[in-house]
Amino acid sequence: MSTTTTRGVARPAPAKASPARPRRGLRGNPTFNFWLFTGPFLIGLVIFVFVPIGWSIWLSFFEARFTVTPSHFIGFDNYKQMLTNSDFTGSLLTFTVFAAFIVPTTWALSLGLALLVNRLRFMRAFFRSVFFIPTACSYVAAALIWKMSIFNGVRFGLANTIVGWFGVENIAWVSNPSPPWYWLVILTVRLWLQSGFYMILFIAALQNIPAELYEAAAIDGAKPGWQTFRFITLPQLRATSTAVILLLLIAAYQAFDEFFNIIGNKATWGQTPLMVLYKTAIGSGQDYGAGSAGAVILTVLICMVTLLQGKIMGFGRGEESK
Amino acid sequence: MSAMSSNWDRRSVLRAAAGLAALGPLAACGGNNGRGGGSGSGKSLSQYFHAYGEPGVEQAVKKYASAYKGANVGTQWITSNDYETKLFAALLTSNAPDVFEFHPQIQMVKSGQVADLSDIINPVKDDFNPADITSHTYDGKIYGVRMIDDPQFFFYRKSMLEKAKVGVPTTLEELIEAAAKLTTSKVKGLFLGNDLHAIEAPLIWSAGAEPLNAKNEIAYHTDAVAAGLGQLRKLFTSGHLLLDAPADYWDPSAITQGLCAIQFCGMWAMPAMQKALGDDLGVFPFPKVGSNGRPSVYNGGWSMFVNAKGKNVDAAKEYVKWLWIDQKKYQEDFATSYGFHIPPRTSIAASADKLKSGLPAEGAKLFTDYGHFDNISWTQAMWSALDAVISDCVRKGGSPEAALDKADKTINRELKKLFG
Repeated sequence: MSTTTTRGVARPAPAKASPARPRRGLRGNPTFNFWLFTGPFLIGLVIFVFVPIGWSIWLSFFEARFTVTPSHFIGFDNYKQMLTNSDFTGSLLTFTVFAAFIVPTTWALSLGLALLVNRLRFMRAFFRSVFFIPTACSYVAAALIWKMSIFNGVRFGLANTIVGWFGVENIAWVSNPSPPWYWLVILTVRLWLQSGFYMILFIAALQNIPAELYEAAAIDGAKPGWQTFRFITLPQLRATSTAVILLLLIAAYQAFDEFFNIIGNKATWGQTPLMVLYKTAIGSGQDYGAGSAGAVILTVLICMVTLLQGKIMGFGRGEESK
Repeated sequence: MSAMSSNWDRRSVLRAAAGLAALGPLAACGGNNGRGGGSGSGKSLSQYFHAYGEPGVEQAVKKYASAYKGANVGTQWITSNDYETKLFAALLTSNAPDVFEFHPQIQMVKSGQVADLSDIINPVKDDFNPADITSHTYDGKIYGVRMIDDPQFFFYRKSMLEKAKVGVPTTLEELIEAAAKLTTSKVKGLFLGNDLHAIEAPLIWSAGAEPLNAKNEIAYHTDAVAAGLGQLRKLFTSGHLLLDAPADYWDPSAITQGLCAIQFCGMWAMPAMQKALGDDLGVFPFPKVGSNGRPSVYNGGWSMFVNAKGKNVDAAKEYVKWLWIDQKKYQEDFATSYGFHIPPRTSIAASADKLKSGLPAEGAKLFTDYGHFDNISWTQAMWSALDAVISDCVRKGGSPEAALDKADKTINRELKKLFG
């Protein structure tokens, strides 16, 4: 304003540097800017992901006990050892059972929660937070609360107190594999921990469905409720559902924390593949060669299942998939 | 915002980065890097300890370290349940501790992870429990200094056994019968730990067998051991065993909270049990298994090792010698002031007044009469194989023979790798 002239015409102060002026030097170089922003991440990716993967593949062909820099090449012996290890093959079966249950159940539960929360007229944010908050909880902390407080085997455990009201004696929920009550403990903790996150994804997808579709359906005579859900909502959620199922499947394959902390590392049942690999490589065995071979086998399996699932559900087909 | 941007040009950023780099060494002084806190000057050493359950042990360990003038000794107190996992992983890195506590295991010797401590132990070798020296010796060299011996046996509530008219069990059958008679709607007869792994070695010894024989061959796979495993399965399914307790066998809370009448535990927990239960407490060894069996007590414990691949091996050995060989007062304090442990030095054990009378003396007698020590050839992987035996046939209900066969396969592979 100090530049106002006696003629009453305000003239803008000249800018120090014109925005249109081409930048000189490296900052004006798009290639430099690309590497400036992506370089650190790429370096991190190489150091913390690709090098360990490559090293793991290399270790899998060596006798590597108590060392990660072995010298004795043994070919495919580590792979043979892992594939004939009943604990490892059994853990793959455990994963299948676990994934077969947890993937559809979490999908249905999180979709159900999303539909309920999305319909709320009052306190929607409150309920969204209530269901989402468990996502912020550590798997280890939740597993220990489930094991030591809710599902412990003594008379003052929460679950045993409740079943005691019905005259049932104290149940050892985790130590005794038959009957397999430990599944109840593991499945409930995982459902509690992850349903809220997927609920948020479904809410976002539900809010993206155009209202015109429902209006058009109503004009065409579609009944609200199941019919609208079946023929409008569910098909519109297909892309999100596919992504959710893919994420759930990978998360099921990677299950470790709650299994390890609830079942413990002394049991031979209810082990996930990662638990067996942990015990083989980092645990008492300290056999990094065999552990790496198991990791390679597991990685190949995850890739195969993911590709298969993507092919079946049409992941990545864009608009065609809707 | 724009003002900030204009002030932070490239030179300013570089100047700030250089300043931060200069402050780095200062920051290291205040960080929890496991090396600070000592009163010594010059060299720095780090030591790993697992978290002892008894109050005061951590403070005691740090007090001993700060009293050492030869180096700054930092202590990492590992609270995780998997102390060995963290230790093994650390030993592969440049951040490995210079000194650490663990159990004697041959694979650590063969992989060059632990230093030969013969030169510091030999002058006082005769003052150590000979079994402790044997358990740390491989190929004529001694690889660790025993800090404490931890006998493990059964503790029982005298009043509960009297009320149920049950005598102190001397056989596994009697133990199973006692558990049945002692079980009520509120109290279980027996607690062997949540996964039963604590009693796997005593079961072998009590059945008259050994984990390995003198030629380092499998010696645990006998008919008596298989029969004992079958009896344990019967006990496991009887409903008289406390399972899924909030704390495991090493913690005295199961018996002190009245959850069980008999608990397998270590002598370390005796002071806490006496404080809670007074004189209503007795001890007995793991009873005989089968007709040719014998009572047994597992003499566990912890030993101090020096990382042979560390940067300060000589300084670390000097520290270990100073604390665990020269400082007898600290050794007695460590063994008897917190939980009760048997000092491995015979001169200290003989003068430890707290272990001379009452229940501690009974515990010390069980240690002497029935004790079995660690075998340096029995590795962590072999312990895991035994864990699997208990899981497969006692907890899961499989055939003992099949479970032992599976363990044989793993342990033979391990033995082949170790001894060819």
